[in-house]
Amino acid sequence: MLDADFFRRWMAATAASVDREAERLTALDSPIGDADHGSNLQRGFTAVRATLEKDAADTPGAILVLAGRQLISTVGGASGPLYGTLLRRTGKALGDAPEVTEEQLAEALRAGVEGVMTLGGAAPGDKTMVDALVPAVDALRDGFAAARTAAEQGAEATTPLQARKGRASYLGERSIGHQDPGATSSALLIAGLAEAAEA
Amino acid sequence: MGDDKLVGIVLVSHSAEVAASVAALAKELAGGAEAVPVAPAGGREGGGVGTSAELVSAAAASVDRGAGVAVLTDLGSAVLTVKALLAEGDELPDRTRLVDAPFVEGAVAAVVTAATGADLDAVEAAAAEAYAYRKV
Repeated sequence: MLDADFFRRWMAATAASVDREAERLTALDSPIGDADHGSNLQRGFTAVRATLEKDAADTPGAILVLAGRQLISTVGGASGPLYGTLLRRTGKALGDAPEVTEEQLAEALRAGVEGVMTLGGAAPGDKTMVDALVPAVDALRDGFAAARTAAEQGAEATTPLQARKGRASYLGERSIGHQDPGATSSALLIAGLAEAAEA
Repeated sequence: MGDDKLVGIVLVSHSAEVAASVAALAKELAGGAEAVPVAPAGGREGGGVGTSAELVSAAAASVDRGAGVAVLTDLGSAVLTVKALLAEGDELPDRTRLVDAPFVEGAVAAVVTAATGADLDAVEAAAAEAYAYRKV
Protein backbone atom coordinates (compact mmCIF):
# COMPACT_ATOMS: atom_id res chain seq x y z
CA MET A 1 0.00 0.00 0.00
CA LEU A 2 1.09 3.56 -0.68
CA ASP A 3 0.61 5.93 2.24
CA ALA A 4 0.89 9.70 2.63
CA ASP A 5 4.64 9.38 3.27
CA PHE A 6 5.09 7.76 -0.12
CA PHE A 7 3.42 10.75 -1.80
CA ARG A 8 5.49 13.22 0.19
CA ARG A 9 8.63 11.33 -0.87
CA TRP A 10 7.42 11.45 -4.48
CA MET A 11 7.02 15.22 -4.41
CA ALA A 12 10.35 15.69 -2.59
CA ALA A 13 12.20 13.45 -5.05
CA THR A 14 10.68 15.34 -7.98
CA ALA A 15 11.61 18.70 -6.44
CA ALA A 16 15.19 17.47 -6.00
CA SER A 17 15.49 16.19 -9.57
CA VAL A 18 13.95 19.38 -10.98
CA ASP A 19 16.57 21.33 -9.00
CA ARG A 20 19.29 19.10 -10.39
CA GLU A 21 18.04 19.21 -13.97
CA ALA A 22 16.75 22.80 -14.13
CA GLU A 23 19.58 24.00 -16.35
CA ARG A 24 19.15 21.08 -18.73
CA LEU A 25 15.38 21.70 -18.95
CA THR A 26 15.95 25.35 -19.74
CA ALA A 27 18.63 24.44 -22.30
CA LEU A 28 16.15 22.10 -24.02
CA ASP A 29 13.59 24.91 -23.94
CA SER A 30 15.96 27.41 -25.59
CA PRO A 31 15.86 26.29 -29.24
CA ILE A 32 12.12 25.52 -29.36
CA GLY A 33 10.60 27.42 -26.42
CA ASP A 34 11.17 30.54 -24.38
CA ALA A 35 14.02 29.20 -22.25
CA ASP A 36 12.17 29.25 -18.95
CA HIS A 37 11.01 25.66 -18.39
CA GLY A 38 13.71 24.77 -15.87
CA SER A 39 13.43 27.95 -13.83
CA ASN A 40 9.62 27.89 -13.93
CA LEU A 41 9.35 24.31 -12.72
CA GLN A 42 12.06 24.87 -10.16
CA ARG A 43 10.09 27.78 -8.71
CA GLY A 44 6.96 25.63 -8.68
CA PHE A 45 8.42 22.54 -7.03
CA THR A 46 10.36 24.64 -4.54
CA ALA A 47 6.99 26.06 -3.48
CA VAL A 48 5.49 22.56 -3.38
CA ARG A 49 8.31 21.38 -1.12
CA ALA A 50 7.94 24.39 1.21
CA THR A 51 4.16 23.99 1.41
CA LEU A 52 4.32 20.28 2.13
CA GLU A 53 6.86 20.89 4.89
CA LYS A 54 4.40 23.27 6.60
CA ASP A 55 1.08 21.66 5.74
CA ALA A 56 -0.24 18.64 7.59
CA ALA A 57 -2.04 17.15 4.56
CA ASP A 58 -2.16 13.50 5.55
CA THR A 59 -3.79 11.60 2.70
CA PRO A 60 -2.33 10.81 -0.72
CA GLY A 61 -5.15 12.72 -2.41
CA ALA A 62 -4.80 15.83 -0.24
CA ILE A 63 -1.04 15.95 -0.79
CA LEU A 64 -1.38 15.85 -4.57
CA VAL A 65 -4.24 18.38 -4.65
CA LEU A 66 -2.17 20.76 -2.52
CA ALA A 67 0.92 20.26 -4.69
CA GLY A 68 -1.08 20.84 -7.86
CA ARG A 69 -2.58 24.03 -6.49
CA GLN A 70 0.89 25.32 -5.62
CA LEU A 71 2.14 24.64 -9.15
CA ILE A 72 -0.77 26.55 -10.71
CA SER A 73 -0.05 29.46 -8.36
CA THR A 74 3.68 29.70 -8.66
CA VAL A 75 5.04 28.41 -11.97
CA GLY A 76 3.92 31.33 -14.17
CA GLY A 77 4.22 29.42 -17.44
CA ALA A 78 2.03 26.89 -19.23
CA SER A 79 3.65 24.04 -17.29
CA GLY A 80 1.97 25.41 -14.12
CA PRO A 81 -1.64 24.75 -15.09
CA LEU A 82 -0.61 21.57 -16.94
CA TYR A 83 1.34 19.95 -14.09
CA GLY A 84 -1.07 21.48 -11.59
CA THR A 85 -4.01 19.84 -13.35
CA LEU A 86 -2.12 16.55 -13.59
CA LEU A 87 -1.47 16.37 -9.84
CA ARG A 88 -4.76 17.85 -8.73
CA ARG A 89 -6.85 15.60 -10.96
CA THR A 90 -4.84 12.59 -9.82
CA GLY A 91 -5.28 13.64 -6.20
CA LYS A 92 -9.02 14.12 -6.58
CA ALA A 93 -9.31 10.68 -8.18
CA LEU A 94 -7.59 9.18 -5.11
CA GLY A 95 -10.25 10.70 -2.84
CA ASP A 96 -9.55 10.77 0.89
CA ALA A 97 -8.27 7.24 1.39
CA PRO A 98 -5.37 7.14 3.88
CA GLU A 99 -3.59 4.52 1.74
CA VAL A 100 -3.98 3.50 -1.89
CA THR A 101 -2.87 0.53 -3.96
CA GLU A 102 -0.53 0.80 -6.92
CA GLU A 103 -3.49 -0.05 -9.15
CA GLN A 104 -5.50 2.82 -7.69
CA LEU A 105 -2.60 5.17 -8.26
CA ALA A 106 -2.26 4.01 -11.86
CA GLU A 107 -5.96 4.57 -12.45
CA ALA A 108 -5.88 8.01 -10.80
CA LEU A 109 -2.79 9.02 -12.75
CA ARG A 110 -4.58 8.03 -15.94
CA ALA A 111 -7.40 10.41 -14.99
CA GLY A 112 -4.76 13.09 -14.34
CA VAL A 113 -3.15 12.57 -17.74
CA GLU A 114 -6.57 12.75 -19.37
CA GLY A 115 -7.09 16.07 -17.57
CA VAL A 116 -3.83 17.36 -19.05
CA MET A 117 -4.84 16.23 -22.54
CA THR A 118 -8.20 17.96 -22.21
CA LEU A 119 -6.69 21.18 -20.85
CA GLY A 120 -3.91 21.46 -23.41
CA GLY A 121 -5.70 19.76 -26.30
CA ALA A 122 -2.64 17.57 -26.90
CA ALA A 123 -2.65 13.96 -28.10
CA PRO A 124 0.22 11.45 -28.19
CA GLY A 125 2.67 12.37 -30.95
CA ASP A 126 2.21 16.15 -30.59
CA LYS A 127 5.66 16.46 -28.94
CA THR A 128 4.43 17.35 -25.45
CA MET A 129 4.51 16.00 -21.90
CA VAL A 130 1.74 13.60 -22.97
CA ASP A 131 4.36 11.63 -24.94
CA ALA A 132 6.14 10.69 -21.71
CA LEU A 133 3.07 10.42 -19.47
CA VAL A 134 0.89 8.10 -21.55
CA PRO A 135 3.53 5.36 -21.96
CA ALA A 136 4.42 5.73 -18.27
CA VAL A 137 0.84 5.20 -17.15
CA ASP A 138 0.54 2.23 -19.50
CA ALA A 139 3.71 0.72 -18.03
CA LEU A 140 2.70 1.24 -14.40
CA ARG A 141 1.07 -2.19 -14.32
CA ASP A 142 4.62 -3.57 -14.51
CA GLY A 143 5.82 -1.41 -11.64
CA PHE A 144 7.38 1.97 -11.01
CA ALA A 145 10.76 1.12 -12.55
CA ALA A 146 9.03 0.11 -15.80
CA ALA A 147 7.06 3.35 -15.76
CA ARG A 148 10.27 5.35 -15.30
CA THR A 149 11.88 3.61 -18.28
CA ALA A 150 8.78 4.10 -20.41
CA ALA A 151 8.64 7.81 -19.57
CA GLU A 152 12.33 8.31 -20.37
CA GLN A 153 11.97 6.46 -23.67
CA GLY A 154 8.83 8.44 -24.44
CA ALA A 155 10.67 11.72 -23.81
CA GLU A 156 13.59 10.66 -26.02
CA ALA A 157 11.16 9.63 -28.75
CA THR A 158 9.89 13.22 -29.01
CA THR A 159 13.15 14.31 -30.69
CA PRO A 160 12.16 13.46 -34.28
CA LEU A 161 8.61 14.74 -33.84
CA GLN A 162 7.25 18.03 -35.11
CA ALA A 163 5.57 20.08 -32.38
CA ARG A 164 1.84 20.56 -32.76
CA LYS A 165 1.07 22.31 -29.46
CA GLY A 166 2.45 25.26 -27.56
CA ARG A 167 5.04 27.79 -28.56
CA ALA A 168 7.25 25.19 -30.28
CA SER A 169 4.47 24.55 -32.80
CA TYR A 170 5.09 28.02 -34.28
CA LEU A 171 8.46 26.69 -35.43
CA GLY A 172 6.89 24.02 -37.63
CA GLU A 173 9.54 21.70 -39.07
CA ARG A 174 12.28 23.54 -37.21
CA SER A 175 10.99 21.94 -34.00
CA ILE A 176 12.19 18.57 -35.32
CA GLY A 177 15.46 17.31 -33.85
CA HIS A 178 14.97 18.67 -30.35
CA GLN A 179 13.79 16.65 -27.35
CA ASP A 180 10.67 18.18 -25.83
CA PRO A 181 11.33 19.92 -22.50
CA GLY A 182 7.86 19.10 -21.13
CA ALA A 183 8.21 15.40 -21.94
CA THR A 184 11.64 15.51 -20.31
CA SER A 185 10.34 17.03 -17.07
CA SER A 186 7.41 14.60 -17.11
CA ALA A 187 9.97 11.79 -17.11
CA LEU A 188 11.52 13.37 -13.98
CA LEU A 189 8.11 13.33 -12.28
CA ILE A 190 7.67 9.63 -13.08
CA ALA A 191 11.26 8.89 -12.01
CA GLY A 192 10.30 10.52 -8.70
CA LEU A 193 7.67 7.81 -8.24
CA ALA A 194 10.29 5.11 -8.69
CA GLU A 195 12.60 6.88 -6.23
CA ALA A 196 9.81 7.14 -3.68
CA ALA A 197 9.17 3.42 -4.05
CA GLU A 198 12.85 2.57 -3.59
CA ALA A 199 13.25 4.70 -0.46
CA MET B 1 -30.46 43.85 -20.54
CA GLY B 2 -32.32 46.17 -18.27
CA ASP B 3 -30.31 45.13 -15.26
CA ASP B 4 -28.12 47.86 -13.85
CA LYS B 5 -25.39 45.40 -12.92
CA LEU B 6 -22.60 45.47 -15.46
CA VAL B 7 -20.58 42.52 -16.68
CA GLY B 8 -17.00 42.65 -15.45
CA ILE B 9 -14.05 42.20 -17.78
CA VAL B 10 -10.64 40.73 -16.99
CA LEU B 11 -7.73 41.04 -19.40
CA VAL B 12 -5.00 38.43 -18.92
CA SER B 13 -1.69 38.90 -20.71
CA HIS B 14 1.83 37.55 -20.25
CA SER B 15 2.85 41.18 -19.85
CA ALA B 16 1.63 43.55 -17.12
CA GLU B 17 2.10 46.46 -19.51
CA VAL B 18 0.09 44.84 -22.29
CA ALA B 19 -2.79 43.96 -19.97
CA ALA B 20 -2.90 47.44 -18.43
CA SER B 21 -2.55 49.20 -21.77
CA VAL B 22 -5.25 47.16 -23.47
CA ALA B 23 -7.56 47.85 -20.53
CA ALA B 24 -6.90 51.59 -20.85
CA LEU B 25 -7.23 51.48 -24.64
CA ALA B 26 -10.54 49.59 -24.53
CA LYS B 27 -12.03 52.06 -22.06
CA GLU B 28 -10.77 54.98 -24.10
CA LEU B 29 -12.13 53.64 -27.39
CA ALA B 30 -15.39 52.65 -25.76
CA GLY B 31 -15.94 56.26 -24.68
CA GLY B 32 -18.13 56.83 -21.67
CA ALA B 33 -17.44 53.31 -20.44
CA GLU B 34 -16.05 54.48 -17.10
CA ALA B 35 -18.71 52.47 -15.30
CA VAL B 36 -17.60 49.15 -16.81
CA PRO B 37 -15.44 47.26 -14.34
CA VAL B 38 -12.27 46.27 -16.20
CA ALA B 39 -9.21 44.80 -14.52
CA PRO B 40 -5.87 43.82 -16.04
CA ALA B 41 -4.06 40.70 -14.83
CA GLY B 42 -0.71 40.81 -16.52
CA GLY B 43 2.59 39.06 -15.92
CA ARG B 44 3.69 37.21 -12.82
CA GLU B 45 3.20 38.41 -9.28
CA GLY B 46 6.21 40.51 -8.40
CA GLY B 47 7.03 41.16 -12.05
CA GLY B 48 8.28 39.15 -14.97
CA VAL B 49 6.61 37.72 -18.04
CA GLY B 50 4.09 34.95 -17.47
CA THR B 51 0.70 34.33 -15.89
CA SER B 52 -0.27 34.54 -12.24
CA ALA B 53 -3.28 32.58 -11.02
CA GLU B 54 -3.41 34.90 -8.00
CA LEU B 55 -3.56 38.05 -10.12
CA VAL B 56 -6.27 36.49 -12.31
CA SER B 57 -8.37 35.49 -9.28
CA ALA B 58 -7.96 38.90 -7.65
CA ALA B 59 -8.83 40.72 -10.88
CA ALA B 60 -11.95 38.60 -11.40
CA ALA B 61 -13.11 39.20 -7.83
CA SER B 62 -12.53 42.94 -8.23
CA VAL B 63 -14.78 43.29 -11.30
CA ASP B 64 -17.58 40.97 -10.19
CA ARG B 65 -20.80 42.96 -9.79
CA GLY B 66 -23.03 39.90 -9.92
CA ALA B 67 -23.66 39.98 -13.67
CA GLY B 68 -20.83 37.66 -14.59
CA VAL B 69 -17.20 38.14 -15.59
CA ALA B 70 -15.77 37.81 -19.09
CA VAL B 71 -12.09 36.86 -19.20
CA LEU B 72 -10.02 37.55 -22.30
CA THR B 73 -6.49 36.19 -22.62
CA ASP B 74 -3.54 36.43 -24.94
CA LEU B 75 -2.00 32.97 -25.38
CA GLY B 76 -0.32 29.90 -23.92
CA SER B 77 -0.15 29.94 -20.13
CA ALA B 78 -2.72 32.75 -19.94
CA VAL B 79 -5.31 30.51 -21.59
CA LEU B 80 -4.31 27.41 -19.66
CA THR B 81 -4.22 29.16 -16.29
CA VAL B 82 -7.74 30.54 -16.69
CA LYS B 83 -9.02 27.16 -17.88
CA ALA B 84 -7.38 25.42 -14.93
CA LEU B 85 -8.92 27.93 -12.50
CA LEU B 86 -12.35 27.49 -14.08
CA ALA B 87 -12.01 23.72 -13.83
CA GLU B 88 -11.29 24.07 -10.12
CA GLY B 89 -14.79 25.44 -9.56
CA ASP B 90 -14.24 27.73 -6.58
CA GLU B 91 -11.31 29.87 -7.65
CA LEU B 92 -13.24 32.44 -9.70
CA PRO B 93 -16.58 34.21 -9.13
CA ASP B 94 -19.76 32.45 -10.24
CA ARG B 95 -20.51 33.01 -13.91
CA THR B 96 -16.93 33.71 -14.87
CA ARG B 97 -16.29 32.71 -18.46
CA LEU B 98 -13.22 32.44 -20.66
CA VAL B 99 -14.17 34.26 -23.85
CA ASP B 100 -12.67 33.06 -27.13
CA ALA B 101 -11.72 36.34 -28.75
CA PRO B 102 -8.76 38.27 -30.17
CA PHE B 103 -7.19 40.10 -27.24
CA VAL B 104 -7.22 43.76 -28.28
CA GLU B 105 -10.21 43.83 -30.63
CA GLY B 106 -12.17 41.53 -28.34
CA ALA B 107 -11.44 43.71 -25.31
CA VAL B 108 -12.76 46.81 -27.08
CA ALA B 109 -15.89 44.98 -28.24
CA ALA B 110 -16.46 43.53 -24.78
CA VAL B 111 -16.12 46.88 -22.98
CA VAL B 112 -18.34 48.71 -25.48
CA THR B 113 -21.00 46.02 -25.16
CA ALA B 114 -20.76 45.76 -21.38
CA ALA B 115 -21.22 49.55 -21.14
CA THR B 116 -24.70 49.19 -22.66
CA GLY B 117 -25.74 46.98 -19.76
CA ALA B 118 -25.71 43.87 -21.97
CA ASP B 119 -25.57 40.47 -20.28
CA LEU B 120 -22.64 38.05 -20.25
CA ASP B 121 -23.84 36.14 -23.33
CA ALA B 122 -24.01 39.36 -25.34
CA VAL B 123 -20.60 40.52 -24.14
CA GLU B 124 -19.11 37.14 -25.04
CA ALA B 125 -20.75 37.16 -28.47
CA ALA B 126 -19.52 40.68 -29.23
CA ALA B 127 -15.96 39.83 -28.23
CA ALA B 128 -15.95 36.58 -30.22
CA GLU B 129 -17.40 38.39 -33.23
CA ALA B 130 -14.24 40.50 -33.35
CA TYR B 131 -12.57 37.47 -34.99
CA ALA B 132 -14.81 38.03 -38.02
CA TYR B 133 -13.52 41.52 -38.71
CA ARG B 134 -11.05 41.08 -41.57
CA LYS B 135 -8.40 43.72 -42.12
CA VAL B 136 -7.45 42.89 -45.68
